Amino acid sequence: MITACAVDDLPVGESMRISGEVAIAVFNADGEIYAIDDTCSHQDASLSEGWLEGCFVECPLHAALFDLRTGVPTCLPAKKPVRTYSVVVQDGMIYVDTRSREAVA
Amino acid sequence: MRTVAVVGASLAGLRSVEELRKQGFDGRIVVIGEEVHAPYDRPPLTKAFLAGTLPAAELALSDDDFAAEWKLGVRADRVDPSTGSVHLSSGEIVRTDGLVIATGGRPRALPGTAAMSGVHTLRTLDDAVALQADLRPGARVVVVGAGWIGAEVASTCRALDLDVTVVEAAPVPMERALGATLGALCADLHTDHGVELRLGVGVAAFAHNGSRVTGVVLRDGSHLPADVVVAGIGMEPATGWLRGSGLPLDNGVLCDTGCVTSIPSVVAVGDVARYRTPLGGHVRHEHWTNASEQPVVAVRNLLAGATIETFRPSGYVWSDQYGVRLQIAGETAGADEIAVIDGSPDDRKFVAEFRRSGQPVGIFAMNNAKLFGRMRRQLAAATG
Repeated sequence: MITACAVDDLPVGESMRISGEVAIAVFNADGEIYAIDDTCSHQDASLSEGWLEGCFVECPLHAALFDLRTGVPTCLPAKKPVRTYSVVVQDGMIYVDTRSREAVA
Repeated sequence: MRTVAVVGASLAGLRSVEELRKQGFDGRIVVIGEEVHAPYDRPPLTKAFLAGTLPAAELALSDDDFAAEWKLGVRADRVDPSTGSVHLSSGEIVRTDGLVIATGGRPRALPGTAAMSGVHTLRTLDDAVALQADLRPGARVVVVGAGWIGAEVASTCRALDLDVTVVEAAPVPMERALGATLGALCADLHTDHGVELRLGVGVAAFAHNGSRVTGVVLRDGSHLPADVVVAGIGMEPATGWLRGSGLPLDNGVLCDTGCVTSIPSVVAVGDVARYRTPLGGHVRHEHWTNASEQPVVAVRNLLAGATIETFRPSGYVWSDQYGVRLQIAGETAGADEIAVIDGSPDDRKFVAEFRRSGQPVGIFAMNNAKLFGRMRRQLAAATG
């Protein structure tokens, strides 16, 4: 379990990046918190810098759309999903469970 | 419409096939591609693929064949629109009642280098494989042209620790698109990273040892020793096969505001398409986003049999050089004012707005994808 940030530091529509061996992007999509791999599965771009719309994030480089709930891209140029992570919100803090790394096929 | 032929199997061709199916066409689709490779992504060819960090298998654009017939390694030699026949280099004739022209173009070669090894252009995967094989440790590389392709190749060669010189005939690179100040800033990216930059001087001749290039002679008389020369001096649209077809050709395939040619059952997309803008005049774009966006409109009009939708380009272009991400949107070339609205060019992290008569018409960002994405949407809403 790694600490992302305080809930108050991630208002609706915002995103943040947790750096590390595998960087993770955390989003507040209309009050729901989601965490996915930060690096786009297509080419080197940081999804935490992408455009958030509903529960989808658009890659800032090539506009591939990823579903934050499943990590699955909905259009080219991305073909492969990004990993999703479980998120726990406790005592005003957001935690990401990296053990639950699930590869979505 | 029962059969649609898509000539050209790169991004614009693939996106056309995808759009045909997405928009409900369930007839026969025949795709004709001159390269033997299934559609692949070209932007990494100057970057991660050339650097050796991205294998060729990762370049594939799609795992789906969209139930189309893919004829790869075959060229379309000519087309007869009156009978709907596409004649292939294999001798085969494809009969079709809809045609998507997506043949892209060929890179311009440096005059007088045809018989010389060590001189490269870069557009296809095979081009990139050949260049990569020449980038041996210690190789001295001269890049001719400081546009996007030249700049990215120079950046990758520097990352491979090669000795790199960039030669550009214009006094400022990218000046038309970016203006003098930001063009000069792009020039600084090269010198920041130990690349020698020769601006405002053209190439006079190439030195060789009988078979292989050994140097580049500039118009000011200087001589640059070279083991490898890469030309990034633009491309020519591939329209030779359409000569005699009756389709209007002029620096590309001329089409209307919806990518439809003079024949309603023939549309053109991507680098080869020179379409009419709503303001009059024809333009052709040579970039990835255009090849991805145009098929949506072109296919809609093809299936409708008439121009029911106008193409509106996003003008989005990106480039990665020396670890710096550059992004452009809109019509920066038409600006009369450029204002930095966030960050600082000195830090190589900023966003600039391009304006015409006080109205925003374009955006340029270095290393600020997040703000760029926001502003790009605002610009599209304001100008769309």
